[in-house]
Amino acid sequence: MAHRIEIIYKVPDTRALVRAGQLKKMTFGPKVENVSLVDVYTLDREFTKEQLAQLGEALSNPVVQAFYIDTPAPALSFDWAVEIGYLPGVTDNIGNTTKEMAQDLFRVSFGAEENVYTSQISYIKGALTAEEARAVGEALANPLIQRIHVKSAAQCTQDKGMDTIVPKVKPSHAPGVSEVDLDVSDEELAAIGKQGVQSKDGTRRGPLALDLESMKIIRDYFKALQRKPTDLEIESLAQTWSEHCKHTIFAASMDDIQDGIYKYFIRRATGDIRKKRGAEDFCVSVFKDNSGAIDFDENWLITDKVETHNSPSALDPFGGAITGIVGVNRDTIGFGKGAKPVLNRYGFCFADPFDEEPLYKDAALSQKLLSPRRIMEGVIAGVNSGGNCSGIPTPQGFMCFEPRYKGKPLVFVGTVGLIPKKIGTENSWEKEARPGDKVVVIGGRVGQDGIHGATFSSESLSAGSPSTAVQIGDPITQKKLSDAVVKEARDLDLYTSITDNGAGGLSCSVAEMAKESNGCFVDLDSVPLKYPGLDPWQIWISESQERMTLSVPPEKLEAFVDLMHRRGVEVTVIGDFNDSGRCVVQYQGKKVMDIDLGFLHDGLPQRSLKSTYTKVRHEEPADACPADLGPVLLKMMGRLNIASFDFVSYQYDHVVQGETILGPLHGKGHVNSRASVIAPVLSSHKGVVVSQALNPLYSDIDTYAMAACAIDSAVRNSLSVGGSLKELALLDNFCWCSSNEEERLGQLKAAAQACYDTAVAYGTPFISGKDSMFNDFNGYNAKGEKVKISVPPTLLVSTIGVVEDYRRCVSLDLKLPGDLLYVLGTTADEMGGSEYYSMLGFRGNSVPHVEIASALKLYQAFEAALQEGLLASAESVVLGGLGVSLARTAIAGRTGIEVDISKVPQTAPLRNGHLLFSESQSRLLVSVAPSNQAAFEKHFQGLPCALIGKVLSDSRFTIKDAAGNKVVETNVSELEKSYRSTFKGF
Amino acid sequence: MTPKVLIFAGYGLNCEEETRFVFEKAGAEGDIVHVNDLIDGRKKLDDYQILAFPGGFSYGDDTGSGNAYANKVRYNLWDDLLKFIQQDKLIIGICNGCQILANLGLVPALGGRYGDRQMALMHNNTARYECRWVDMKVQSQKCVWTRGMDRLRCPVSHGEGRFYAEPEIIQALNAQDQVAFRYVKEDGSPANQEFPFSPNGAVEDIAAVCDGSGKILAIMPHPERNWSPYNQDDWTLTQEKVKRGLLPSLPEEGPGMKIFENGVRYFQ
Repeated sequence: MAHRIEIIYKVPDTRALVRAGQLKKMTFGPKVENVSLVDVYTLDREFTKEQLAQLGEALSNPVVQAFYIDTPAPALSFDWAVEIGYLPGVTDNIGNTTKEMAQDLFRVSFGAEENVYTSQISYIKGALTAEEARAVGEALANPLIQRIHVKSAAQCTQDKGMDTIVPKVKPSHAPGVSEVDLDVSDEELAAIGKQGVQSKDGTRRGPLALDLESMKIIRDYFKALQRKPTDLEIESLAQTWSEHCKHTIFAASMDDIQDGIYKYFIRRATGDIRKKRGAEDFCVSVFKDNSGAIDFDENWLITDKVETHNSPSALDPFGGAITGIVGVNRDTIGFGKGAKPVLNRYGFCFADPFDEEPLYKDAALSQKLLSPRRIMEGVIAGVNSGGNCSGIPTPQGFMCFEPRYKGKPLVFVGTVGLIPKKIGTENSWEKEARPGDKVVVIGGRVGQDGIHGATFSSESLSAGSPSTAVQIGDPITQKKLSDAVVKEARDLDLYTSITDNGAGGLSCSVAEMAKESNGCFVDLDSVPLKYPGLDPWQIWISESQERMTLSVPPEKLEAFVDLMHRRGVEVTVIGDFNDSGRCVVQYQGKKVMDIDLGFLHDGLPQRSLKSTYTKVRHEEPADACPADLGPVLLKMMGRLNIASFDFVSYQYDHVVQGETILGPLHGKGHVNSRASVIAPVLSSHKGVVVSQALNPLYSDIDTYAMAACAIDSAVRNSLSVGGSLKELALLDNFCWCSSNEEERLGQLKAAAQACYDTAVAYGTPFISGKDSMFNDFNGYNAKGEKVKISVPPTLLVSTIGVVEDYRRCVSLDLKLPGDLLYVLGTTADEMGGSEYYSMLGFRGNSVPHVEIASALKLYQAFEAALQEGLLASAESVVLGGLGVSLARTAIAGRTGIEVDISKVPQTAPLRNGHLLFSESQSRLLVSVAPSNQAAFEKHFQGLPCALIGKVLSDSRFTIKDAAGNKVVETNVSELEKSYRSTFKGF
Repeated sequence: MTPKVLIFAGYGLNCEEETRFVFEKAGAEGDIVHVNDLIDGRKKLDDYQILAFPGGFSYGDDTGSGNAYANKVRYNLWDDLLKFIQQDKLIIGICNGCQILANLGLVPALGGRYGDRQMALMHNNTARYECRWVDMKVQSQKCVWTRGMDRLRCPVSHGEGRFYAEPEIIQALNAQDQVAFRYVKEDGSPANQEFPFSPNGAVEDIAAVCDGSGKILAIMPHPERNWSPYNQDDWTLTQEKVKRGLLPSLPEEGPGMKIFENGVRYFQ
């Protein structure tokens, strides 16, 4: 019989107060009086009474908590009890820790069927109806991964508490392999590709995301072999050939570009830059490993990778985001022989969190999409948990809001790593599994979680999206693995190669490494499972988290296995690497996959795509410029895209590892920064600088301009704190939509062209990237009408660079009264796609363009002035233009300013509103000590640079025009109030 | 002598490297040791003068922050640990390490009852993880680790840092001079549990406590994250003032170093 230990606080429990606050915000909220919480541990194993008491003691702190065994904890008076636990098969981290604790305490083991499960009861005092109590459960739980159990107080009394529920996985069928008949009609072949292999019960297993053409190639391959493929073989090919893994659209020939846009624009840019740099080339490993890497100093490399995790985050925001961040950590651990994660960054694109209009996945309106607010809060919490638990600082990030992110949010997560250049005598970034090496898997076990993740994300979101695509992260399992690998096994030289188990699970990681040795053999029976009943194809492609695959030479196996055991890391040998040229998988003594590696990796023929691009003319606003722009600026400061999101910065540990030089918030006024600097080698004054930028609204006008601006902004953000064009690299993340439409592809091609042009001009190579091509939602609104929502074509550009001496870095806050304010760069009438026009409800047409040649000269002068120590502060002018930058720097310094707006360098006389809010690129706002005036100005002779005002000793914030008329007159505290108002209460 | 510091690692502790770095910078010799290597007998507590439980997220805070790791130590190393305490040696626990020491009952250990859980670190009043800079004031005159210090500014990074104990325990802590640090406002006045000066709402603004001997310090904020003047959240302003002659110079090191230097100096 299962036992139940319930734990309750004896003193006021903050969590319960917060929970009550949360419920009081619901429609029936006023009826909620109070909430108390009880934590429940359900032990599905026999223990003695004494043991249970000992366990209760171990699980609670007697100072503040009390425990109860097999009897309900005495909650305060309540009307409803809502218990939330996990569904069968969902990873229960606390349950796992408790199991380990019991094993340690009693020196006992748990049988395969024995386990610990956790749940939590919210006891609610308040006259809610049964339906309302149910709604509480739905607000607290995600039905894809959690179960809800609701009881009234009367029912609890009658039943003597809640029920003991053991969410054990019960296998629905005997696992096995089946053959798939591909000798069928084109229609059926297409259906297999689109909806998946048919199970015995007639249901489809979920998307393979293979088009008819690919299905025919697979059919012909097996026809030539004179046998039918197994379901495992089909699933395996689908994973390896997925858009997610093979980037088929970026690889496809497009119009006259034979090589495809990735090779032709992105990779060629890097190649051309490296060639031109010659001895100054700082790239070490680009586009071939899990991350890209550049030189840090003579002994170290830094690595970087930015991932997207959009589709999982749409379904389960917390789970999607946490597995996103710990997943990209593995791209660091899986770089070369294993790099140590030293920095995380994030970027979230959401719909308006105040938008409560529901959307549904199905016509019957039974599957509601999570609300933008719920998605936002879940995603923020997921990265919080993943990053904080892993001990990796997260100083850099942004949030971007646009209504078209309502169908699918975009969740960007990135990790920077540090790795010595040499492991023993060998280069750390080179690795090779050799014939004879063992295939070894470490970390978590395999379950049904995350099946079809790779193929699912290659499709748009609809009612058929699989819930098994949801994964639960367990950062501590990964932390143990990470420490054991990058802090110990790597330097003992115990393995020859390592890679991440991400998309496609074993089917991708093992097959990928098999390329190095030219073959592999895997015995699926040896793969450790979370629970029985998995079909072999599921074991092979499951994306269960926190696993890495390594190749370990036989003579080092014992030492490797021993080390992993001593570090509490599960380790299993599942096969051998060989040079057979084939990928062979065995299950219960029978071959279930036997495909030659050439076909597996290169059997998918290059697609050939056509594109068109038709520019759209948008309406322009026709109003006259308001004389008083004060209220406009105040309103701008509270815009979702401009307002302070410090509540995110404060909940992400940005100082762990003791390396933070410039963090997420600058100045006394704690203004969100656009670049961060860390010193990952504590004994050195060298720093790493990271920044990001994106401009999705510009895509509505011109995707070429959008991409060029994203690069220019990201570069400028880096330079503004002390980054240098001498060593600055880029990462690209294209998040597109409807990439089967020629117009969307035309937009993509133009953006890629801009990437080449801009990157080459700045000498900033791309070192890594990741794309996500189908960010569309097909569903229904509350009236049952069909809606399709596509994200605006979005390109996130991230930069990573090296700072020679971080002691010369500069922050954005104004420093001291009397300091001089300068604008660098020219302002043009470029209001198209601006935040200001958005506020007015227009898009416009005059999108900002990057004047690369003049920008480059300006940036070089800026860099020189910064290195000479002439700048007191610097701010990159981006979203919201100069007006917003003036306000941000003043808020950050908590000091007033006086500015003559007419002094701003401009292409032609602009009206004041446009001078303040135009988003022309390549501009910086800097402050300079009066004593440095001459030295500073010398750097900018012949360049667009103007003294526009000064820093005051009080908090007045005044902008005047040439005639001395006040354009804006307010004070810094008013601006700050507006800046902080939007996310108050988040 | 040069003291040897054992810095605990494993199961999700994560500040071991910077903790070793600051101890070595302060003049000690540091070893990062996985707890299982102590349990297996590969390493011995006896070989060290200082034990440091660094920050982190041991066991992901499952079953309460620091609880599961404390249990691991309690079930496997308790006798060695007691022996260590009985010698003239030092222990420090920072953040998650502080939570581990509290769960092990090594602080405050009133009445010399080492092993008795007498305090708890509860969820912050904001019910959220808080990473921000705080100001603290030294209270205890008996604590070895805070000798010669008055104020300290450094970051906190925790979700469960609200010090709590029964009133009679608090009374005894005060009476026996075992409160090491309290949160204060920038001007040095009491934080009075007011956010964000007190990041968590701790009883009597308590940020750190020591045992009765003053040799075991459990501190929630992170002094090791303020080892360099360039760690400080306002260093660019300070540097600007230095450049203009308004301040003499940036200090050689961050004020957090003092704690580790005190630990090392105790053996010299």
